[in-house]
Amino acid sequence: MAELNSKIPKGPLAKKWSQYKDHQNLVNPSNKRKLDIIIVGTGLAGSAAAASLGEMGFNVKIFCYQDSPRRAHSIAAQGGINAAKNYPNDGDSIYRLFYDTIKGGDYRAREANVYRLAEVSNSIIDQCVAQGVPFAREYGGSLENRSFGGAQVSRTFFARGQTGQQLLLGAYGALSRQIKLGTVKLYERHEMMDVVLVDGKARGIIARNLITGKLERHFGHAVVIATGGYGNVFYLSTNAMGSNTSAIWQIFKKGAFFANPCFTQIHPTCIPVHGDYQSKLTLMSESLRNDGRIWVPKNKEDAEAQRHGKLKANDIPEENRDYFLERRYPAFGNLVPRDVASRAAKERCDAGYGVGETGLAVFLDFRESIGRLGKHVIEERYGNLFQMYEKIVDENPYENPMMIYPAVHYTMGGTWVDYELQTTVTGLFAAGEANFSDHGANRLGASALMQGLADGYFVLPYTIQNYLAGEIRVARMSTDRAEFAEAEAGVQERLDKLMSVKGTRSVDQFHKELGRIMWENVGMGRTEASLKNAIELIRRLRAEFWKDVKIPGAMNELNVELEKANRVADFLELGELLAHDALNRNESCGGHFREEYQTEEGECRRNDEDYKYVAAWEYLSEGEFKLHKEDLVYEEIEVKQRVYK
Amino acid sequence: MKLTLRIWRQKDAKSAGRFVTYPIDNISPNCSFLEMLDILNEELIGKNEDPVVFDHDCREGICGMCSLYINGRPHGPDDAVTACQLHMRKFRDGDTIIIEPWRARPFPVIKDLMVDRSAFDKIIQEGGYVSVNTGGAAEANNILVGKEFAELAMDAAACIGCGACVAACKNASAMLFVSAKISQFALLPQGQVEAKQRVKKMVKMMDELGFGNCTNTYACEAECPKLISRSNIARMNREFLCAKVS
Repeated sequence: MAELNSKIPKGPLAKKWSQYKDHQNLVNPSNKRKLDIIIVGTGLAGSAAAASLGEMGFNVKIFCYQDSPRRAHSIAAQGGINAAKNYPNDGDSIYRLFYDTIKGGDYRAREANVYRLAEVSNSIIDQCVAQGVPFAREYGGSLENRSFGGAQVSRTFFARGQTGQQLLLGAYGALSRQIKLGTVKLYERHEMMDVVLVDGKARGIIARNLITGKLERHFGHAVVIATGGYGNVFYLSTNAMGSNTSAIWQIFKKGAFFANPCFTQIHPTCIPVHGDYQSKLTLMSESLRNDGRIWVPKNKEDAEAQRHGKLKANDIPEENRDYFLERRYPAFGNLVPRDVASRAAKERCDAGYGVGETGLAVFLDFRESIGRLGKHVIEERYGNLFQMYEKIVDENPYENPMMIYPAVHYTMGGTWVDYELQTTVTGLFAAGEANFSDHGANRLGASALMQGLADGYFVLPYTIQNYLAGEIRVARMSTDRAEFAEAEAGVQERLDKLMSVKGTRSVDQFHKELGRIMWENVGMGRTEASLKNAIELIRRLRAEFWKDVKIPGAMNELNVELEKANRVADFLELGELLAHDALNRNESCGGHFREEYQTEEGECRRNDEDYKYVAAWEYLSEGEFKLHKEDLVYEEIEVKQRVYK
Repeated sequence: MKLTLRIWRQKDAKSAGRFVTYPIDNISPNCSFLEMLDILNEELIGKNEDPVVFDHDCREGICGMCSLYINGRPHGPDDAVTACQLHMRKFRDGDTIIIEPWRARPFPVIKDLMVDRSAFDKIIQEGGYVSVNTGGAAEANNILVGKEFAELAMDAAACIGCGACVAACKNASAMLFVSAKISQFALLPQGQVEAKQRVKKMVKMMDELGFGNCTNTYACEAECPKLISRSNIARMNREFLCAKVS
């Protein structure tokens, strides 16, 4: 089985990437035409990579389960994208962005990758502006910036509250251009079911056409997985309904290690849960914390009265409000990183100060900033978010403070990749949220878009070439080969098995049950006991699923329930690995909070002595995983306790 | 809430469709419209019936995937929202709700309420972008964009490609969708080099795909969940005319 070799280039940190590019292997134009690349996923990473590789002259096939590449969930990112341009002249630099990202990730990310990310961040902005992405502008016509959590500079570029949409549409435009030119072929409404290995190298995929239900075989000299994160293992999350773990779970079973699955991000500012029929949670952008102040009542009686509808937020006087983030973290205030803000909100609610009907909410209040800046400024900055809030909650946030609560948002963990974004399976790459690489134990706001586009535009197109340069003598393979037939038979067998259960409970019922187990035991606060309990419960639920799931309809047709069942089957295995990893990591860091390991003030107690490593799991058999450790070596940065006070 | 749903059921693109009536009870007014359909589907699965197929994904009004024609209006009775953000509090207890797919020849029904909107992708492929390769872009602040133009471009770029404009239009015209993309680039310096080719090619493809023409009733603007303005259509017409005569 593969060994962990991160392939970090030699040389000083700031020169590693340029030296890598200077010495990597290239493929000449006539050979590029002979090489096929499969990309799964059309979000920022997938679309950007497909467009860039198509422009270079490779043959690209790109797959998405949605009806169009433009639907990928990158589209929903609201707040912005970081870059080290230092336009506001507030002292930003590549080093500082790198440093903030490592620190924000609680010293659990790989230094060389993060430095590269910061280094290419400026090119991303240049590229997107050239594409015509309508970023916010100053009156003089130059680009405008705003602040995000975990930074003391303003380095976030944005397009109102729709930055992800605009960046994705930029990448989708570039992709569309290549589709027109014929370098990229699009397979929409297709889902990857498995990866095909030939002599230990990734050589293709088995995909299911979601309209006809037919299985298809596709060859590629290399395969790229850019299918996003696995937050939907919690059922309720800010992810799209279709977001799933299946691609990264299938490659995990074929030998691609899964790194740091327990590093999941709970976002502090989401609209609270309101009923058991609820299907998803809606995020309110972190950018709101620029101007909104987070508080709960100082007195429990006030909180209780508010919960019972006897007291309105606006009737609670200033002196009876506890701006708990400003109180606990004066240096960063409301702009502390997400993990810190989420835990602080949970702490207040657990202590009985929560508001709203369920008591599981805190206020996000704009009264002060509306008074200072005027309503029109707030409207210009966050108008669409305020409108969204009002549509969902039926309350006017200009007049009454918003109510928010943390929700599952992003997964820092993912497929283990080396510096070249190659997994432990040769020829198989992972990009964007699907890989584990850059955010450590906690991702900073506006860094996901940066990483997705960095991987897609500026990293993968280079590193994959270094691999493909050695493959130019490999002719296109026939998909009639035994390896393809075997992989397809495996997929068929699994689908047959799902269809043959003919039980009594719907897929959603199992998914909701899994979500409850995960949120209660593997959510914001985790203990040894809760994690062991989770593993037990998940195993039991998984066994029930395979005995009792009910899928109407047939296999060879459009069958939404079968699609969902296939995804939930994988979540039911991933959930166990996630708990397993959280149990192994006897420390608290970033989004991973083990209640046994906290300081007297309730902050994370990290254990660098024993856990300063990436936990990369190898799949042995169902429920059996083997741990491999990649030690994190910090040459440039001094590892410190993360302080935002 | 207790409701009567009349939903368009159609096995596949080739079969004929029909309305089927489903009573539904115990719906919370805080439930979203799609969550209400989830509840219906749970009931149908329980009764060994085929669940209703409909497109949806982000459920926060931005992916543009949901596409329901509710009581004669794309995305239903609320203004400036997609169906996924429509809440049941917009209906009254005892209401009958009629749910149909988008109806337009270029958007054939796939199954039940799901339609094929790949025609929109084909229009974008004709030129809904700036032709710039990755790498080698100039320093971002070398391209200055006046704030008001940036804002107008952003207004147009906010289109989510859901197709409500086409569904709302008696001519199944895609002018609002196409003009939004044309406008975004017409308003920005980055879009100038290819402006003439872009508008000609995109309009040609729009026509070839069978979308109708605009007869200025502006149902598209009224039903657009992102409030895309009809002034974009005027801008596109101007761009088109300029491109044709010069």
